[in-house]
Amino acid sequence: MTDLHLWLIPLVPFAGFLVNGLLCRRAPKSVVTAVAMIGSLIPLLQVSAIVTKFGSLTLPYTESVGTWIRAGAFHADFAFQLDQLTLVMLCVVTGVGFLIHVYSIGYMGEEEGYWRFFAYMNLFLFFMLTLVLAANFLLMFVGWEGVGLASYLLIGFYFTRDSAANAGKKAFIVNRIGDFGFLLAMFLLVEHFGTLNFDKVFSQIATHPAWQGGFLTAIALFLVLGATGKSAQIPLYIWLPDAMEGPTPVSALIHAATMVTAGVYMIARTHVIFDRSALSLMVVAVIGTATAFFAATIGMAQTDIKRVLAYSTVSQLGYMFLGCGVAAYSAGIFHLVTHAFFKALLFLAAGSVIHALAGEQDMRVMGGLRKKIPVTFWVMTAAVFAISGFPPLAGFVSKDEILYQAFVSPNPAGKVLWAIGLLTAGLTAFYMFRLWYMTFFGESRAAAAVGDHGAAVHARHDTKLVLEADPEPAHSAHGSHGGHGVHESPKVMLVPMAILAVLCVIGGAMGWPEGLGGTNWFAHFLAPAVTSVHLPYEQATVALATGAAHVTTNQSPAGNKQLELLLACISTLVALSGWYIAHLMYYAKPEMPERFTTRMRGLYALVANKYWVDEIYGALVVAPVLFIARWVLGALIDRGVIDGGTLAAGYSAQGFGALVARIQSGNIRSYAGWLALFAALLLVAAYFGWTAQFGLR
Amino acid sequence: MLNDSILTLITFVPTAGAVVVALLPRKGRVIPAFTLLVTLVTFVLSLHLPAHFDYARHGFQFEVNLPWIAHPAIRYHLGIDGLSLWLVLLTTFLGPVGVLVSWRAIETRTKEFYFFFLLQQTAMIGVFISLDLFLYYGFWELSLVPMAILIAMFGRERGPRAALKFFVYTFLPSAFLLVAILWLYAKTGTFEFVQLQSLIASGGFAPEALWWASLGFLVAFAVKVPVFPLHGWLANVIEEAPIAMAMVVAGKLGLYSIFRFNLGLFPEQARAIAPLMIALAVIGLLYGALVALAQTDMRRLVAFAILSNLSFCTLGIFCFAVGGLNGAVYQTINEGLTGSALLVMISFLYERYGSFDMTRYGGVAAKLPMLATLWVVTTLALVGLPLFNGFVGEFLVLSGSFPVHPSWVAAATTGVILSVAYMLWMAQRIFYGQPSPLVANRVPFDLGAREHLTLWPMVLLMAAMGVASPYWIKGIESGVMQFPAITRSAGVTGDRQSAAEAVRTPAPSQTADAVAGGAR
Repeated sequence: MTDLHLWLIPLVPFAGFLVNGLLCRRAPKSVVTAVAMIGSLIPLLQVSAIVTKFGSLTLPYTESVGTWIRAGAFHADFAFQLDQLTLVMLCVVTGVGFLIHVYSIGYMGEEEGYWRFFAYMNLFLFFMLTLVLAANFLLMFVGWEGVGLASYLLIGFYFTRDSAANAGKKAFIVNRIGDFGFLLAMFLLVEHFGTLNFDKVFSQIATHPAWQGGFLTAIALFLVLGATGKSAQIPLYIWLPDAMEGPTPVSALIHAATMVTAGVYMIARTHVIFDRSALSLMVVAVIGTATAFFAATIGMAQTDIKRVLAYSTVSQLGYMFLGCGVAAYSAGIFHLVTHAFFKALLFLAAGSVIHALAGEQDMRVMGGLRKKIPVTFWVMTAAVFAISGFPPLAGFVSKDEILYQAFVSPNPAGKVLWAIGLLTAGLTAFYMFRLWYMTFFGESRAAAAVGDHGAAVHARHDTKLVLEADPEPAHSAHGSHGGHGVHESPKVMLVPMAILAVLCVIGGAMGWPEGLGGTNWFAHFLAPAVTSVHLPYEQATVALATGAAHVTTNQSPAGNKQLELLLACISTLVALSGWYIAHLMYYAKPEMPERFTTRMRGLYALVANKYWVDEIYGALVVAPVLFIARWVLGALIDRGVIDGGTLAAGYSAQGFGALVARIQSGNIRSYAGWLALFAALLLVAAYFGWTAQFGLR
Repeated sequence: MLNDSILTLITFVPTAGAVVVALLPRKGRVIPAFTLLVTLVTFVLSLHLPAHFDYARHGFQFEVNLPWIAHPAIRYHLGIDGLSLWLVLLTTFLGPVGVLVSWRAIETRTKEFYFFFLLQQTAMIGVFISLDLFLYYGFWELSLVPMAILIAMFGRERGPRAALKFFVYTFLPSAFLLVAILWLYAKTGTFEFVQLQSLIASGGFAPEALWWASLGFLVAFAVKVPVFPLHGWLANVIEEAPIAMAMVVAGKLGLYSIFRFNLGLFPEQARAIAPLMIALAVIGLLYGALVALAQTDMRRLVAFAILSNLSFCTLGIFCFAVGGLNGAVYQTINEGLTGSALLVMISFLYERYGSFDMTRYGGVAAKLPMLATLWVVTTLALVGLPLFNGFVGEFLVLSGSFPVHPSWVAAATTGVILSVAYMLWMAQRIFYGQPSPLVANRVPFDLGAREHLTLWPMVLLMAAMGVASPYWIKGIESGVMQFPAITRSAGVTGDRQSAAEAVRTPAPSQTADAVAGGAR
């Protein structure tokens, strides 16, 4: 058997992290750049080498480089595995990862903490590659938590800015809520299987066709909780929009292309468990669809270019969840891949816009940039058309595959999910073209920013001034560019964008659907890794007691080709109408949005304020927890009962002198005797109380 | 032969050092430098233990067993097994750390400080290696005295009050311990741990009397750990004590003793009281984490974080599953490392800015990037990020005890969310944002050589223990496996598991392994 040295793939960027992080603080930027590029290029070359000999491998290929934890009968290794799914993820992570590293050379070139930025980026690659290469849940969890760490560090990159530090903390804590689910899932796995190795767990399930639902549902639902945290789905999506505090390349790599898709990857990786639980698949599908729609509505009313893209990411991740939820895992993964292309590109192009405008992110003061930064405009256009779902671009193919699979799914709610997904596609086209028009068309509003939205814009400019006046302007990202002339970005930023633009245009060919005369090569390639062994929903109808008894299989002949074509036409029309409305509102009749918002003030406020979800969580979760911590537990119980009660007498003693006097006088002895007796009685009483409650004795 | 004398050496080199310290002149840094040398020598000597420890062998090693007093029959009996091995090493490792962190913090009355410091070292090592209960009790009491004196003499303003509290809290329950030990002696005529173990196991005792004895042991230890709600002394002591004492005051001594004696001598009673202890552990875990969230004083925050983290250990001990017990010991070591590292860094901050109040800090990261880096690393270790030591301990404890008490363990697992909340909040308030007036007005100087020397070994150990855990666990497990309570209980958990398996499937090999492992 050939030895692939998979473990080297994550380890090389880790070495890059160590070198840059520990040794290069005062090194020249060229050295930092070289280290970081080596750290991201070598994994890409390794993956390319694997691609060339992939056909000759027996899959899944696994290798172990040592034991990590061994206790009792349990052990977990540093074990890596490679199959079709891993390979797809490796290509995305190393490919997009390398491009964004290159882009960052230009984007971050003037930054104070250049070395720190690249150290963290390499650290992220290490964890992300560990996540996708892991051959057991525990090692996957290393990557899972680790990418959260890298994300925390990079969101808080401008740590002197409070908003950035807060956003980083929020991301970490919310992710931890998801990780809590992942941990419980692992405890259940250890309890029921005695192991966390993928192959052992999955093969045990495969040999027991009778296992349906039950503990597998519990495991699956806890995994879903983990996935909603990492992949920013309802109810844990709230951290991702705030994560835009990080530098834009970070948003592109971590908060769009790779890390946030980890939840989707995880569900696909563990699909064997999900296949046995109709309920959890239903939960995944519903969460995904709801998130897709919900986030898209918020995206329509945002004015910060990066926040629009952030909500768009949340929404697109929802599509991937929908794909997984109807057991069309390859469709979900395919959308993950194309999304990595177009959303990374959107962020990079947005970064290029921000770069051109010396740090401005508010779309209301953009406009008319088409001529001034033409390359950025054209690549952005490719990405906008791709995400909006226009054939034959990549986004169209993958999104349509998901919608089609939802439509033909035996899931009793399949048609509803499809309809909401379709509506969301229209919203997507609308908010993306809104962004496109506001940024690149019309007159430049940069000078005349005192109009209708004056107050908000002023506030923003004021903070910018303050930031730039700071003695250590590490964070006024582009203040150092100084010049107010709008300028196109350097080649080192444009080339990665151009490559991604090409991928946006042609990427769909990989999975061109059979209904439109293609072969859907991608689905066939991925099939060995993600095909359901036991078809879901055979008992779904029973479990959900809906009686919708159509058991259509997903790969059915000719009749479905026409259906697929029909659905493709419908969704293209929906995308077109989204574009048309955006065209009307933000190009043809620019006074329309104003009229609209005044007429539907309540609705607009609801959406523009993101449904006040952050505020609701704050009032319902954060504030009560802090109140209980501070007043009930901290002040009342700890200060009052435990501090005050037990040793009231001790407090009155003035130090050791008094104590000695008391010992001699015998007072303290009697006090101690009473205390001891009391403690013993309490303990005994408590013991009998508890054991009775536990029913153990 | 060094194998016979090594434990005596490790225990009493610090005592000899203390005697010399008493004779040394109070000049310059002579006394701290000498103490550092003594602790380093002790540490190097203690490295002999893991190097020559026979991991395949059960029972005690490096034993010394000499008659000391004929009536009552007290023997000088020392020995270690896998349970105590790494705890001894932790103690000797933290010795030099304690000296280095006191280097500038203790400027006056250095002779008294280092004298008692070294006595404290002897006492703590003695607790871990004594196999004669009377000897053990002697070391146990000795470990309380220098501690109380040091807190009173070298603490902050309210040090004496904290010392008093510590004294009352820990001395009085020790009386129960003494009574229980004497009662055992009266019944059996021996203080020998191993003999007592087999005598109790053979069933010559009235169950009720054993109950009282086991409670006497448990109360004394639970206060020292501390187990919620007996933690009243902890926050005050951590807040007031000199850092070198705050580092070692909680955790390992009490937890080790619960493990050794409550599980070793009174397995039945320990099993019976386990539900209560697990409940207290989980409550303490969440309680500590929540209260930590509300603190503004760094040292108080760390105190409650320590309470929370130690509760993991209590949980692991009383779940009676192999993984949980391994994890409990592992977590005890982790807490010793990460808690100490945090306190050390807090002390370094104090040396620069003269405050423990987080609200007065802000923006330190820009001034002290190296300290900020090490702080974040320690934070990650403490919150149990994988590839650091804390994760291994927490995972073993939680996954080990989950099958036994799923709902309590699920509640405990929410601790991973809370710990991130209070630790990141603390990091943010101290290190991020714009420099506060307090921070901006001082000339920044990042870590010096002494400080690097103090912190790096700890940080590297955290990483090493997170990646190469089998190296430590093989020793711990060799100790854990010989406990009567576990041998029986592994069967119990195994039963539960195989019963569950039997419903679904013929038992997979893992279950068989678990039973075989337990029966070993």
